[in-house]
Amino acid sequence: MNAIAENQNAPARSQDQPRPERPRGFITPPANISANPNEYLLELEMPGVDKEGIEIMAEGNELTVLGRRKNEMPNAELLYTESALADYRRSFELGPDVDTSRISAEMSQGVLKLHLPKSEKAKPRKIQIAG
Amino acid sequence: MKLARRERQHPGVPAPLKELNRIRNEIDRIFEDPFSLLAPSTSFFEGWAPTIDVYEDKDNVIVKAALPGMKKEDIEISLEGSTLTISGERKHEEEKNEGETYRSERYFGRFQRSLTLPTAVDAEKIQASYKDGVLTVSCAKSEESKPKQIQVKG
Repeated sequence: MNAIAENQNAPARSQDQPRPERPRGFITPPANISANPNEYLLELEMPGVDKEGIEIMAEGNELTVLGRRKNEMPNAELLYTESALADYRRSFELGPDVDTSRISAEMSQGVLKLHLPKSEKAKPRKIQIAG
Repeated sequence: MKLARRERQHPGVPAPLKELNRIRNEIDRIFEDPFSLLAPSTSFFEGWAPTIDVYEDKDNVIVKAALPGMKKEDIEISLEGSTLTISGERKHEEEKNEGETYRSERYFGRFQRSLTLPTAVDAEKIQASYKDGVLTVSCAKSEESKPKQIQVKG
């Protein structure tokens, strides 16, 4: 069972208004999701975003990640571009086995790593036969 | 300035379909531009390539490449004539080998991206930095290629 599903019905824009100098819309950052017996690991690629630019919202079973790019454009003429220079946003639906109160995150070189611990009751347990 | 075209990305598509998409894009590309087969950047020969932005000011050509999740030591930059090449390898982290995988949209492995700079640059004066997953390469223009103001003698 996939306990973290992409939330397709999430609203297309965050509650606060996008900054006017940014193009409208968001980039969907590529994600890797894996799991071990204790937690789910969600990795999102958001080059150009530092720790301060990350906003993680967990509401009910919905997890939304927002990455705001730092305005680090050199003071020079743009000759050619492939990056949309927009901010990043992606929403996921969490399964009931994720303990949302213990989610932790780290940001390194444009990759956000979210640790989503499985709740104690969802972890596999070995049952001893008494007697 | 001639720049290799970027592969279209399909995040959210399972790996085998992604591969099919890549081949389809490649075929589309051959029809759109028959000469592109001659370009060394054809993605049949490379797994992935970073997206780049190029800026120019009076003294420098600045290239920014999106390379999230790398180690500084794994990035190589070289200049041959006016061709700047950025290459390297993004390595899988070992901890990822255990456990189940639900979604795999990030690319790993070797990459290479070459571009022809719009002006001659001084190979000795190339500076690079890597921050927040973005590589910035600043190439100082060679003296001959800088704009010069010519005084009109009276």
